[in-house]
Amino acid sequence: MPSIVKPVATHPSLQRNELGFTVRDYEGGMSTLCAGCGHDSITAAIVRALWELAVPPHMLAKMSGIGCSSKTPAYFVSGAHGFNSAHGRMPAITSGAAAANRTLTYIGVSGDGDSLSIGLGQLCHAIRRNVPMLYVIENNGVYGLTKGQFSASADIDSKSKRGEPNRMAPIDPVTLALNLGATFVARSFSGDKEQLVPILKAAFVHRGFALVDVISPCVTFNDHSSSTKSYLYTRKHKVEATESNFVPKAQEIVAHISPNGHGANVTMHDGSVVRFTSLPANYDPTDRTRVMDYLQQHTGTGEVVTGLLYVNPSVPDMHEMNKTPDIALTEVPFEKLCPGAEVLDKLQEDWR
Amino acid sequence: MQQATRVSAGVNDFAIKLANVNGTGSASANGLLMQSMFRMGLPVSGKNLFPSNIQGLPTWYEIRVNHRGYTARSLDYDLMVAMNSQTYARDVQEVRPEGYLLYDSSWPLDPELLRDDVHFLGVPLAQLCNDAFGDPRERILMKNIAYTGSIAALLDIDIAVVEALLGEKFEKKPALRDSNQKALHLGYDYAKEHFECPLSFHTEPMQANAGKVLVDGNTATALGCLYAGATVAAWYPITPATSVMDAFKEFCEQYRRDPETGRNNYFILQAEDELAAIGMVIGASWNGARAFTSTAGPGISLMNELLGLAYYAEIPAVVIDVQRVGPSTGMPTRTQQGDILECAYASHGDTKHILLFPANPAECFEFALKSFDLAEKFQTPVLMLSDLDIGMNDWVVPRLTWDSSYKPDRGRVFGQEELEKLKKFTRYNLTDELGVAARTLPGVDAKGAYVTRGSGHNKLGAYTETPDEYQEVIDRLLAKHKASADFVPAPLIENREGAQFGVITVGGCDLAVREALDLLEERGIPADSMRIRGFPFDQRVEAFLANHPFCFVVEQNRDAQLRSLLLLETAVPKEKLRSVLVYGGFPLSARHVVEGILSRL
Repeated sequence: MPSIVKPVATHPSLQRNELGFTVRDYEGGMSTLCAGCGHDSITAAIVRALWELAVPPHMLAKMSGIGCSSKTPAYFVSGAHGFNSAHGRMPAITSGAAAANRTLTYIGVSGDGDSLSIGLGQLCHAIRRNVPMLYVIENNGVYGLTKGQFSASADIDSKSKRGEPNRMAPIDPVTLALNLGATFVARSFSGDKEQLVPILKAAFVHRGFALVDVISPCVTFNDHSSSTKSYLYTRKHKVEATESNFVPKAQEIVAHISPNGHGANVTMHDGSVVRFTSLPANYDPTDRTRVMDYLQQHTGTGEVVTGLLYVNPSVPDMHEMNKTPDIALTEVPFEKLCPGAEVLDKLQEDWR
Repeated sequence: MQQATRVSAGVNDFAIKLANVNGTGSASANGLLMQSMFRMGLPVSGKNLFPSNIQGLPTWYEIRVNHRGYTARSLDYDLMVAMNSQTYARDVQEVRPEGYLLYDSSWPLDPELLRDDVHFLGVPLAQLCNDAFGDPRERILMKNIAYTGSIAALLDIDIAVVEALLGEKFEKKPALRDSNQKALHLGYDYAKEHFECPLSFHTEPMQANAGKVLVDGNTATALGCLYAGATVAAWYPITPATSVMDAFKEFCEQYRRDPETGRNNYFILQAEDELAAIGMVIGASWNGARAFTSTAGPGISLMNELLGLAYYAEIPAVVIDVQRVGPSTGMPTRTQQGDILECAYASHGDTKHILLFPANPAECFEFALKSFDLAEKFQTPVLMLSDLDIGMNDWVVPRLTWDSSYKPDRGRVFGQEELEKLKKFTRYNLTDELGVAARTLPGVDAKGAYVTRGSGHNKLGAYTETPDEYQEVIDRLLAKHKASADFVPAPLIENREGAQFGVITVGGCDLAVREALDLLEERGIPADSMRIRGFPFDQRVEAFLANHPFCFVVEQNRDAQLRSLLLLETAVPKEKLRSVLVYGGFPLSARHVVEGILSRL
C-alpha cells in the first residue's frame, strides 16, 4: 500500500544515461500488485526502455484507465505526470492530451478488460486517429480486481480457476489493430524482457500509434494448468516469429543477418532503426497483408506468436494530418489565438 | 384559443407563419424575409420549427415584428403562408380571426377547409414558376422566392432590400441570382396586381437595429470559444449542437491558420461518441489547453461518467449543452430546458457543477468566454446551457464587443518558478481562500509531477481509503463550489413599483417573460423579476426569494427543474415557489406566461 516506500539509496557505480540519470531515476512507487504478477516485469521493462532511450522524465506522460494494469504507471518514472483515469477511457483522454501537447512522450498502460471490453471502441478509434503513443496491453485473460471473471481475450476452452471453461471467441488485439490500420503492432511476453525492451524502445520512437500486446500472467486467478494465459502455457507455446533489435539514431548499423537468412532494417521516422535479425520465410514486417496472412495461418494452432510483427513508419500521425505546429498548442501565445477587436467588428459586417 | 393577451396587429406589429415541406428550399426564402425586415430596422424574430428529417416532413417558420421590441414567439398569426397540403387543415385553423391566408391557387382549395373569418389570398405560385422556369428542381425552389415576393408586396417590405440581399447571397452565382430576382418579381407583381397592397398590418422602416446584429446562438458560442483561446475541441455530431462546431471550425480555418507556415493553431477532434469527446477535453485541459465540447442532452447523459472524474480530480472542462427535448432521443429539433438538474449534479457520488445560462446569442458569446475563465479558475467542469431556440434561430442582439485588455484567467498553475520555492509539490493542499489548490502541468518540471486519479485521494494527491483523508478533499470541493457563486454571471433583477410577487426565469424564456411582465403591469398586476444566469446561486438570489411573499418560476420543462434546484440550494420554503411550465418543444410565448400566472394567482 502507499505506506510502503522504496529505499532511496543509489549505488554509485550505477550506469548513467546520456541525461545523467540512472535506471533508478526511472522507477516509481512500490508496486501493490501480487507477488509474481507479470505486470511488474513489464513495468521493469518500461523503466529499462525509457532509461536507455534517455527520455527526460518530465517529458513523459503516463496514462491509464482502471484495473490492475492501470495501477502500474504509479510504479515507474515518478518524475512524470500520470493520469489514472476511468475504466476504458484512457485512449480518448490521451488523444486530447496529445492534441494539446505533441512534445510529450505518451505511454498508455491498459489491460484486456480496460481495452477489449469497456474501452474497445476507444482503442479502435485511437488507432484510426493514429495518436502518437505507446499503448501497452498487459494481457492476462482475466479480471483481477473483481476476482477472476473471464475477459474478452480469454481463449475458447481456457478454464477459470474454478474449472469453468470459456466458450466465447477471444478478441485478439494484434489482429484487431492490424485490421484497423495500426502502424506498429507487436506481441511479447512479460517473462521475456530481452524481447520486450527493444520492442518498447521502437514503440516509443514510432511516430504514430504503437500497440504492444504483452501476455502477462495473473498469478492469482489465471496461472493454473488449464489456462492458456499462464506462465507455463506461454513459455511452452511462445513462437518468436520475428527477432529484432533497436538501434538508436546515432549508432552505426551493422548488418546482421540471422542463420535462416531473412532479415531487414526498417528506418523509423526519427532516424533510428529497427533491425530484424530473424524473420519467417516470405515475411515482410512492413507488408500488412503478409503479416496478416502469417497470423491467419497461426490462428487456432495454440501458438503464441510474438515479436515486432508489423511496422510502418511512413503513415502520418494525427498531428501531420491536422497540420499542428511543431510546438505544443499550449505554448501558442494567447495573442495568436484571439483574433481581437478589429476582426470581431469586421466579421459582424456579415451579420446584417 | 383564448385571445387574452392579444395586441392587435398594425404597422410594425404582426406575426406571420409559413407552413412548408422540409427539404424544399423554404428555409432560405423564409430567412431572407426575416433578414429583409431586420435591414429595414424593425425589431424582428424568426423561429424555425423544423422536423428531425432531411426531406418531406412538415416544417414551419414564424416571423414576428413588434415595434415595442416584443419578439418572443407569438401565437396569433395575422398571415399564414400555407404551402404544405399535409398540414393545411391545421394551418387554416391557426390564423387569427380576420387574418389572412396565402395559398398556392394553382390548385383549388378544399371548400370544407374554408373559414368565413379569414381572408384567402390565392397566388398561382406553381403555375407562375412552371411557366417561367424549365428545370423541375428550380421550379420547386423558386416557388419559395415567389411567395417571398408576394409577402413583400402585401407587407410593404422594401423590395430593394430583398433584391440587395439576393445580390449578396448569389454574388458569385449570377445565373442563380437572376432566377431568384425573376421569381421574386413574379410573386411581387402578382400580389400588387391582384390584391390591395399593403395589408392593414405591414412594415414601415424604423431605426431599431442601429448597433445590432443578426446571429444565432451557436455561431456566437463558437466565436466566444475562439476568442477565449480554446485550442482543442472535441465533439460528436448531435442536433442542435452541431452548428457550434461547424462554426468553430470555420472560424479556426479563417483566424487560426498561421499564414506563414499553414499550420493550424487548433485541433478539432470528431470523437467516436460523447464518452470520448469529454475524455478528450479532459485530457487536453489536464495538459493545460483550453478545451471544450459541444453537445445536447443525450451527450450529457454519456458524459456524466467523466464529468465526475474532472470534478473529483479537479480538471477544467468546458461543456456547451444546447438543450433539446428529452428524455431519451426525445424530439431532437425541438427546444426545452430539460437538462438543468442533470447538469447541476452530473455523475455519481457527490458532485456539483458550475452552470451558466445564456438567454440570447450575445450572452452565448459572453458566457462561452466566461466558461473557460471559470473552469480554469476553479479547476472544474463548467456547463453552459443554451437551447435549440437560442442556438439555431437567428436573433437580433447588440453588436458583440471585445475588451482588448482581456487576459485569460488560467487559474492557479505552478510553473518552474513557483516550484523552485517549494520543498516538495503536492497536488491538493496548496489552496487559496477560494479552496482552489495549485496544479502543475505535464512537461514542465519533474518536481511538479504527480498522479492524477479519479480514485480516492488525500490532499497530497496520494491514493487513500481513509475516511478523514477522503472527506477533507471532498469537503473542500464543496467549499470551492460555493465560492464560485460570486464569480458566475449575476442574476438580472428588475423591480416594479407596487410589485406583490416575483417572477423567476432562466435562459431563453427571457423575452416572453419580459413581455408578459409588461402585459401584467398593464392589467394592474406589477411583478418583480429575476433571471437566473448562473449556478451556484449567490446572495442576490437568496435575497430575492426572501424578499417576496411568493414567486413564480417560469421554465421549459415538465418537472420544474429550476424550481427544484432553488429549493435544494437556497433557504426558500417549498410553498413560496409556484411553477409555470411550458415544455411541448416550441419556444415560449408571453401568452403562456400571462395565462400561467393568472391561473395561479
